[in-house]
Amino acid sequence: MSSQDNSEENPPQQQDDADGGVLATRDNPFANPGLPPHEHRVQDIDERAAKRSERVVAGLFTLSMLSTIGFIASYVAFPVDKIVYVFPIGHVSALNLSLGLTLGLALFCIGAGAIHWARTLMTDVEVPEERHDIEATPEVREELLAGFQDGVRESDLGRRKLVRNTLIGAMAMVPLTGLVLLRDLGPMPGTMLRHTKWAKGKMLINENTHEPLRPEDIAVGSLTFAMPEGLSEEDHDFNNQIAKAALMIVRLQPENIKDKRELDWSHEGIVAFSKICTHVGCPISLYEQQTHHVLCPCHQSTFDLTDGGRVIFGPAGHALPQLRITVNDKGYLEAMGDFAEPVGPAYWERG
Amino acid sequence: MKKLSARRRHPLAALVVLLFALAATGGLYAAFAPADKAKADEAQASLAIDEGKKLYAVGCASCHGTGGQGTSDGPSLVGVGAAAVDFQVSTGRMPAQQNGAQAPKKPKVYTAAETEQLAAYVASLGAGGPETPNKSQYSLNGKEDAANGGQLFRSNCAQCHNFSGKGGALSNGKYAPPLDGVSPKHIYEAMQTGPQNMPSFPDTVMPEKEKRDIIAYLNKVNSDDTESPGGFQLGGLGPVAEGLFAWVFGLGALVAITIWVAARTTKAKKS
Amino acid sequence: MSTATDTRRKKAPAGERVADWADSRLGIYSLAKANMRKIFPDHWSFMLGEVCLYSFIIIILTGVYLTMFFNPSMGEIVYDGPYVPMQGIRMSEAYASTLDISFEVRGGLLIRQIHHWAALIFVGSMFVHMMRVFFTGAYRKPREMNWVFGFLLLVLGLFTGLTGYSLPDDLLSGTGVRFTQGAILSVPLVGTYLSMFLFGGEFPGHDFVGRFYSIHILLLPGIMLGLVVAHLIMVFLHKHTHWAGPGKTNTNVVGTPFLPVYMGKAGGFFFLVFGVIAAIAAVATINPVWAIGPYRPDQVSTGAQPDWYLGFAEGLIRVMPGWEIDAWGHTLVLGVFIPLVIFPLVLLAIAVYPFIESWATGDTRNHHLLDRPRNTPTRTGFGVAWITTYLTMLIAGGNDLWATHFHLSINGITWFSRIAFFVLPVVSFIVTKRICLGLQRRDKEKVLHGRESGIIKRLPHGEFIEVHEPLSQDQLHTLTAHDQYQPLELEPEVDENGVARKPTRSEKLRVKLSKGLYGEDNQIAKPTVEEYKEITSSHGHH
Repeated sequence: MSSQDNSEENPPQQQDDADGGVLATRDNPFANPGLPPHEHRVQDIDERAAKRSERVVAGLFTLSMLSTIGFIASYVAFPVDKIVYVFPIGHVSALNLSLGLTLGLALFCIGAGAIHWARTLMTDVEVPEERHDIEATPEVREELLAGFQDGVRESDLGRRKLVRNTLIGAMAMVPLTGLVLLRDLGPMPGTMLRHTKWAKGKMLINENTHEPLRPEDIAVGSLTFAMPEGLSEEDHDFNNQIAKAALMIVRLQPENIKDKRELDWSHEGIVAFSKICTHVGCPISLYEQQTHHVLCPCHQSTFDLTDGGRVIFGPAGHALPQLRITVNDKGYLEAMGDFAEPVGPAYWERG
Repeated sequence: MKKLSARRRHPLAALVVLLFALAATGGLYAAFAPADKAKADEAQASLAIDEGKKLYAVGCASCHGTGGQGTSDGPSLVGVGAAAVDFQVSTGRMPAQQNGAQAPKKPKVYTAAETEQLAAYVASLGAGGPETPNKSQYSLNGKEDAANGGQLFRSNCAQCHNFSGKGGALSNGKYAPPLDGVSPKHIYEAMQTGPQNMPSFPDTVMPEKEKRDIIAYLNKVNSDDTESPGGFQLGGLGPVAEGLFAWVFGLGALVAITIWVAARTTKAKKS
Repeated sequence: MSTATDTRRKKAPAGERVADWADSRLGIYSLAKANMRKIFPDHWSFMLGEVCLYSFIIIILTGVYLTMFFNPSMGEIVYDGPYVPMQGIRMSEAYASTLDISFEVRGGLLIRQIHHWAALIFVGSMFVHMMRVFFTGAYRKPREMNWVFGFLLLVLGLFTGLTGYSLPDDLLSGTGVRFTQGAILSVPLVGTYLSMFLFGGEFPGHDFVGRFYSIHILLLPGIMLGLVVAHLIMVFLHKHTHWAGPGKTNTNVVGTPFLPVYMGKAGGFFFLVFGVIAAIAAVATINPVWAIGPYRPDQVSTGAQPDWYLGFAEGLIRVMPGWEIDAWGHTLVLGVFIPLVIFPLVLLAIAVYPFIESWATGDTRNHHLLDRPRNTPTRTGFGVAWITTYLTMLIAGGNDLWATHFHLSINGITWFSRIAFFVLPVVSFIVTKRICLGLQRRDKEKVLHGRESGIIKRLPHGEFIEVHEPLSQDQLHTLTAHDQYQPLELEPEVDENGVARKPTRSEKLRVKLSKGLYGEDNQIAKPTVEEYKEITSSHGHH
């Protein structure tokens, strides 16, 4: 019973009978009085009550059977697109509701029946069972250790150091093969995250109409999203490209723009900012046209579009990148180059 | 009646009464004023502006300035156009009850006719703003592409109004309101004019047809007839509502069941 | 031998013959003999683990069904199915097949909803189960390993949930994946490489759904299944804990036998859990991907949250200030990386507590009697503080919804959460401890003076007193059965032989911990037999 040994360092104040003393003595009113006598349930002494329980259980099981039939019937009867109005849920799929409720009832009744059975008809006499120590007896332990020593000795592992050391070396190295194989999970980052599809001379294409934008299209207080000319939703890498190139265009009164560079990079008060949040990359576009703040719906980073996209609240760490724009000779807005800094979330190599 | 008498002492009650009176006067005047059919349109227009000016002086000028030039309490209305006034006034947002982060939607104060007069007056203050849209612009004609509307909605609107238009939070107590039960006209006007902090989506960047597509999409996903095949929509708010539901009804029910399963069966009474 | 078996075979019914057949090959009889009539104690809180087990089974069953129809591909197609608001929209095959399951497979929507509801309930029940084990001290020796296994199951459950939630490639889950990717990027030195390798290049690429699929349906559930089996084997091996009470001791277990009572209850309970979840899936929509739309990295919906169990991580990242350090051509993205580190640390805090406690007590005995939470105020306080931390961040994770539904400022909620993250756990720790000590005092009072009967008696000299009824011996025992540790004391710096001995730092820490757990202010000495006798003999007339 080593497990019952008290720690030498810190013996808890132990109840005298903690080890299962069942006897309540006059000396110790707190002693464990032992299991109370079993009290009979109604069902134990009244056969009619027991019969009632039996009928309830059987009734539940029968209800489950009916419900299963109902399930099959619903499956056959309702077309998959049948919509019905059920108060108070709304316009729901008849199939989903009927299958779910019949399945739920069929299962629930089995469970309720089984538990009612267990609670009222099976025994409820509580009996004690002794616990036994899990740990081995000292003899078993000795025997095992001896056997282990024999095994180690017979393997010669202890004596032939060369075998042992090379084995350890081999086992340590072989997982490297797996590690090497993981290499082709993806390309090296390179400078991929630094560049977007934007380049000098690329027109700003309205995402709604897929037409190039002109300055006069963009009113003060309006919000427009654009993608670079030459990018199409059908492109194989459209998602990868738009994840970096998505652009948000607003028009400010030039006198409201506080940041000098922002003013330089704008055209008649039209400013183009990256739509990708610099925090973790959600498309940020909750533009408040009176405050000129733009809020990220994911983590509420707030940027001031009149002040170079500066962060004024929330977890983003740096300003929104701005795209330098101008007007080409046909009167359309175009980029004067790629973003000057990487768009989207910051990373170690960003610098 | 009860409602009416309860609201008699509302701070705005006097204003409402006054406005009714004004409207009645205006209406009577309009009804009895002799007018030549040929001159009628022009005359009515200038009449509307005059009436609107009176309404404006009473209900709007204290915040927006006597000439609509704006004050510290309200923005300038020069050049906002008739549609903006129609939206703000007929959704009850204006006149605002108090200064706050945002003027909420509430029962409207002005009648349709008064709203038109106010709109006419404000539109006369400066050119440029969109006119109140007519029925052919915003009502659906069956040619709308709801799927395209959905795409546009997710690109332009869902970031503030949620994927099915249930609304969402903006900074410092402002919010994008839910679009449940908002009339097509008001949705159209909102896109056109960009009320309060909402940016506008003028026809130059989002043509009429696309606006109707969006309205058609909203009709599909956010109306009383919206199909929700899976059952309760739980507000259409996503995982937060689902998590709460799973805890309250899922785990709540299951814990209640564990209590039943483990409870002692009733004992026979000791006699 | 042959004759003996032959006669047995002839007489035995078919079922028995099958069992004989199996036994002679597998030895199932000796295994069954040890466990068939195993005693299980009855208490509602002991069934919480079963909720986890059963919802896990339900998830596996429905998950297998879903794999028959789901197409884990990010290849793009144009939708032409029955759901009108999506017709003509470009989407991944993963998203399209999720729409097919929802709209074209009969019962597919139901199974999808059962799968997802069961997942939410699975993780929820794991939390509740874990806190039950924590507050009752059921993790103490010999069950520490089972505590660790359970904890691993919770962590794996979170990641299985995350990968599964991302599979339909809808706008909401895609936003979540984007967040995950942004968080990975923030890892110093290797962030970009990890991201490139996980996504097969730049985000979103065409790989992650397929990769998450393998992880979600094979890798993680495979490990979890192994852990669940081990967890259950250990429950059988250790036998269940039970509450102190008449007849119940540290060396026995009192309850009803596995066959038939517990089998009836536990077996029936599986059907109840399944039935409840099926009914929920019948009436309540979960993750209506058709309304959310397919993922495009330039689109987003407000109210972008993960499933509730990761709402805690979401909250951390929302309240974190945007710290970013640029130096020597590198960027340290603390604003994202710190929450990324705090998240596992908070989870680990509860996981390692049992080991810290056992180190502080130095107790190596087996514990099969559960503690009442009030009798271990420091542990209970710590557990409540941990839950408070979790809840605070969960609330912060939904700040936009609280803002709109309770007309609050989102910035205000964020600031509140920032402060609450540090303040509320401390407050809740202190308050909980006070409450526990108060309850201990009340127990002591009850033991020594009896139960307040509500009967007022007038004594001959006019004084009114309330009659206190003495407790029965059952109750007396139950209220005094718990052990109380004495706090450790630092050994004297000079031992009896006069040799100077400086206590090491770890010894000092241990003493401090022990005092924090069991010191004078942290537990109420339980009534002794002497106290009881003195009081009962002097106030015998009560």
